[in-house]
Amino acid sequence: MSSREKILNTIRSLTLEPKALPDIPNLRGSGDLVERFTQSIYGNKGEVLSKSEFEKWFLSSGFSKVISLSSQFSKLATLPLPEDPHALDTLEVAILDGQFGVAENGAIWLEDSHLGLRALPFATEHLVIILDPDSLEDTMHQGYEKIAGAHSGFGLFLAGPSKTADIEQSLVIGAQGAKSLRVVWV
Amino acid sequence: MTHPENAAEFLKDSQKAKWHDETLWFVRDKRDKVSKSIPEWEQLRELASGIKNNVLANLADYLEEFERNATKNGIIVHWAADSEEHNRLVLEILQQQGCRAVVKSKSILTEECHLNPYLEKHDIEVVDTDLGERIVQFLNQPPSHIVLPAIHLKKGEISELFHEKLKTEKGNEDPTYLTQAARVHLREKFFAAKVAITGVNFGIAETGEFVVCTNEGNADMGVHLAQVHIACMGIEKILPRRKDLGVFLRLLARSATGQPITNYNSHFRSPTPGKEIHIILVDNGRTAQLAREKFRNSLKCIRCGACMNTCPIYRRSGGFSYNSTVPGPIGSILSPGLDLKKHSSLPFASTLCGSCTDVCPVKINIHEQLYEWRQEVTKTQGEFAKGLAMKLANGIFKSPLAYKITGSLMRNAVKSLPNSLIYHPLNIWGKNRNLPDPPMESFQQWYRKNRA
Repeated sequence: MSSREKILNTIRSLTLEPKALPDIPNLRGSGDLVERFTQSIYGNKGEVLSKSEFEKWFLSSGFSKVISLSSQFSKLATLPLPEDPHALDTLEVAILDGQFGVAENGAIWLEDSHLGLRALPFATEHLVIILDPDSLEDTMHQGYEKIAGAHSGFGLFLAGPSKTADIEQSLVIGAQGAKSLRVVWV
Repeated sequence: MTHPENAAEFLKDSQKAKWHDETLWFVRDKRDKVSKSIPEWEQLRELASGIKNNVLANLADYLEEFERNATKNGIIVHWAADSEEHNRLVLEILQQQGCRAVVKSKSILTEECHLNPYLEKHDIEVVDTDLGERIVQFLNQPPSHIVLPAIHLKKGEISELFHEKLKTEKGNEDPTYLTQAARVHLREKFFAAKVAITGVNFGIAETGEFVVCTNEGNADMGVHLAQVHIACMGIEKILPRRKDLGVFLRLLARSATGQPITNYNSHFRSPTPGKEIHIILVDNGRTAQLAREKFRNSLKCIRCGACMNTCPIYRRSGGFSYNSTVPGPIGSILSPGLDLKKHSSLPFASTLCGSCTDVCPVKINIHEQLYEWRQEVTKTQGEFAKGLAMKLANGIFKSPLAYKITGSLMRNAVKSLPNSLIYHPLNIWGKNRNLPDPPMESFQQWYRKNRA
């Protein structure tokens, strides 16, 4: 007997009392979505910028290795999307369009179609996500409602930069992945 | 070594033990604050518990549904009855790929299966990529907490370790500096690895996808650069529907560290074209636990660690004192199911205060199960000294005269006996416990004087 059969047969041999699967009510938070989302992103150690604030920061930083998959900011790109993610090792900035954000925790949904390469938002040194404030959802319940029928091979709720507190519980931003996250309203 | 013996060892460094206690309480406090900011918190716990109860009642069906959908999506599904089979399956995939160095993100399951020593025995380098796990790996230690693996270490120790292993400046204890050094070291490993191993937080039957949550982004750095992703998942990690994730992702990070969500929550549904995703569904004692009616619902655990942060015993004895992959209250009800003899002291490592049960996001009745495990332990190996005392007490309580005489004797004895006798090494009940001052008179004497 294979392990698969062994495991399934063992489970089926048990008398397990039936338990109904509960319905999930449409739970919502309260308050202005943009305000709550902004607060959440700052809490997760990211930043939220207006378009002009972003452009000012970008121009003053003098980056030379930039990939942009955002059509509105395609002119900022200095590099095309490579085929091999290993070429992302020295990438300074990645600019992506976020699909929607969640106000209660700052999570932004990204799928393959918006990522180009799955490694992109992790391997880049700085990450910029362009987001439409009208796309914000209230809680994760509405977020999952929105992607119920989506079929991307990979999807990601990203809520901030790479961070760790593994050394004496001191928070450090920029562990293995992106050292910063900037969300830009358009 | 028993839990009390190990705890005594931990408490020798009293300053560090105090720091450990206070730091974990701080994390517990953050969890309290963030949970109180969600008015429907208790409703979410109720939902999560109900969903998990449904999963455990229909586990075989959900596992088959998960397998069917994952396979349809191009994920290769394996089944492992025990840790040996799990480890062998991982090794076979690595050998097929000709992989000599693998990166691995946090997975309590692979710790449980002792995957690292197994692969190292077969000449494969394993690099744990979560910062805390890399630190304890350098020290040849297991994690002491499932969410905060290096919580038992101070930055001075980590600085010394990194000076030796990563050539950082001697004496530089700045966490930012040390984390940056680890970043450079680990990124080199990510970009070189052909295969990456991760754990699994949730597997979704309806879609055949699985979700991995991290704050560091280390799981994703590994798998998206590698050619092959191996995900190791305990069979109890199944959820029925994608929308159930809404409930669980709202609870997990808030319960674990007091954050509203982990910064990276990756949903793997099918591999990048040309690459491979393998998932190994592991039993290793889980079906046996499912068969134990009283302990079944311990399998609802989502490994948030909240019960450890709140536990007065865990905070004051450290993760290593449990000598079990999952320490703390939840470990003390899971591990006896795996090896009752080895873990017989764990159900007693609790005051039964119930705080673990109060914070558990999936409402496991942890303290009640601790009590139940105590009954199982005493059934199989009642402790001789305590057993004798209980028999003696039984005789005394049966006879009113014996009770009266003993009471009066004891009141005088406790007053006049030297401490060396009361806290004698043979009296394990005197260890780390102080007797209260004996009353001047018995209740009967008091009653006769005041009420008769």
